[in-house]
Amino acid sequence: MNGLLDCEMETAHETNDTDALLRIEHLSVIFNKQEVLKDLNLTIQRGQTIAIIGESGCGKTVFMKTLVGLIRPTEGRVLFDNRSLSETSPTDLAKIRRRFGFVFQNAALFDSMTIFENIAFPLHQHEVASASDVRERVMKRLSEVGLSKDVAKKYPAELSGGMRKRVGLARALILKPELVVYDEPTTGLDPIMSDVINELILDTRRRYPVTSVVVTHDMHTARKVADRVLMLYPRRRLSDGESQVLFDGPPSDLEHAADRRVRQFVRGEAGERLSEMAEGD
Amino acid sequence: MSEPLAETAQPVPNGSRGRRSEAAEPGVFVLWITSWGSAVVDGVSTVGDIAIFAHRMCVWMFTRLPRRGTLMINFYQVGVLSLPVVALTGTFIGMVLAVQSYYQFHEIGLENRLGAVINMSLVRELGPVLAATMLAGRVGSAMAAVLGTMRVTEQIDALTTMGADPIHYLVVPRFLACILLIPALTIMADFMGIVGGYFYSVIILGIDHAAYLHNSREFVGGFDLFSGIFKSIFFGGIIAIVSCYQGFNCEAGAEGVGKAATSAFVYSFVMILAIDLFLNIGLDAVYYAFYPQGSSIL
Repeated sequence: MNGLLDCEMETAHETNDTDALLRIEHLSVIFNKQEVLKDLNLTIQRGQTIAIIGESGCGKTVFMKTLVGLIRPTEGRVLFDNRSLSETSPTDLAKIRRRFGFVFQNAALFDSMTIFENIAFPLHQHEVASASDVRERVMKRLSEVGLSKDVAKKYPAELSGGMRKRVGLARALILKPELVVYDEPTTGLDPIMSDVINELILDTRRRYPVTSVVVTHDMHTARKVADRVLMLYPRRRLSDGESQVLFDGPPSDLEHAADRRVRQFVRGEAGERLSEMAEGD
Repeated sequence: MSEPLAETAQPVPNGSRGRRSEAAEPGVFVLWITSWGSAVVDGVSTVGDIAIFAHRMCVWMFTRLPRRGTLMINFYQVGVLSLPVVALTGTFIGMVLAVQSYYQFHEIGLENRLGAVINMSLVRELGPVLAATMLAGRVGSAMAAVLGTMRVTEQIDALTTMGADPIHYLVVPRFLACILLIPALTIMADFMGIVGGYFYSVIILGIDHAAYLHNSREFVGGFDLFSGIFKSIFFGGIIAIVSCYQGFNCEAGAEGVGKAATSAFVYSFVMILAIDLFLNIGLDAVYYAFYPQGSSIL
């Protein structure tokens, strides 16, 4: 199945290369002799929202960090708008990163700064706006994520987890990025707040022409926000020559996926995992 | 690193085929060599890592200075907030020197020379080392803890994704604050030590005021004061680099942050003493090149 998918993807970026915002070619990442990602090939089209799912330890966070150049690939390359991130100078990479927005799992807001300063940080960093413009933009983003103006004066420690995530989203969107990467956006939130975040992801897509990569293990999020789902599987549990991508397709096909492991993950069934874990994984 | 070595270092003897687990078991000596080898490789790679870290910081320092606001916060934390504790410890060390030296000098009738001994020790050695130790304990550990927490909570990654270089944004201001303000802290430690030493010697022990001051002036020269302040700049630099490096390479969790803060102080202190030794050797060579007759308190 994966061989076929690879062929389809190759054909896709050969024929429609201009629409590809991200291209991942033969990507491998090895940490301390442990192979986390091996020979991944993927093309993400402009405007697409792709959810990357998979159990803990499958390498989805590493994959996502490699996409934005936080981790350097051991082999292969990541092309953003046809430019290889690992072959770009640090100065140029900083400029390219203006076009990225990254929503961290725990928001990663700067503790020493107020919410206003946090959201305004990318604007100050790239010196793209006057003081009044900065204020206007920050307040607009705050209202877009459903937060009042009073929040701007507070510090991250004074906010709830859901509010911090929304501030993180506002900060990621302040420079109107082309690519927004969400790291487990709903983890640790109650069901209502999780759905608020899902709605905000959809709303962002409606407002701006963004390409989104959502790393999650929340199937509700994957089904609701994504138009393409990619399932990764831990390298150590695969046989040699087997692809790490177990599924690549629309969310509607997940339930009927040919691979039993995909259906098992989607339905949240432990199956033989318990006995495997007892045997030392 | 150790696994392949342990596996390959012990060939399977002919007679023990089939008893694979027994044959593959490495001997104590092999394990000892392996652990030493691994420690050496780790040590060399850490030194290399720190050198690259320091190089990147220097490049940023000469490319673009941090914003005034960022610098001022660090100057305040490193300089202003460290001043009281440096002044207090300086005063005590001056008095302790007087207590320790008095009886020995009194025995040989040279207690009037105490001013020279105390003040020379302070400006050349104890003032700069004490100020640096306080800075490593108060500021170095805090730097490692703050940067470590930022690493663990992905704030350093967040900086990178927003196009800010973490070394430029976080390390350069801390480095500049340390190297620019440690001379002032050293002068404060020297001054308060001199005051403390004078107070204990003249007021408590009753040494002649004029003799104490005359001997201080006679033997403690400008070069002694300069050498102490000059050394302190290196101490400040090493505190900032070691502490920031420990913070940037912090392991996950609360334990990781605690370990980074402790390591920052321990390694900074060891480096301060090591650098002190080499700088003293160098400064003595310079001193005797300019003043071949030297100076002697006795």
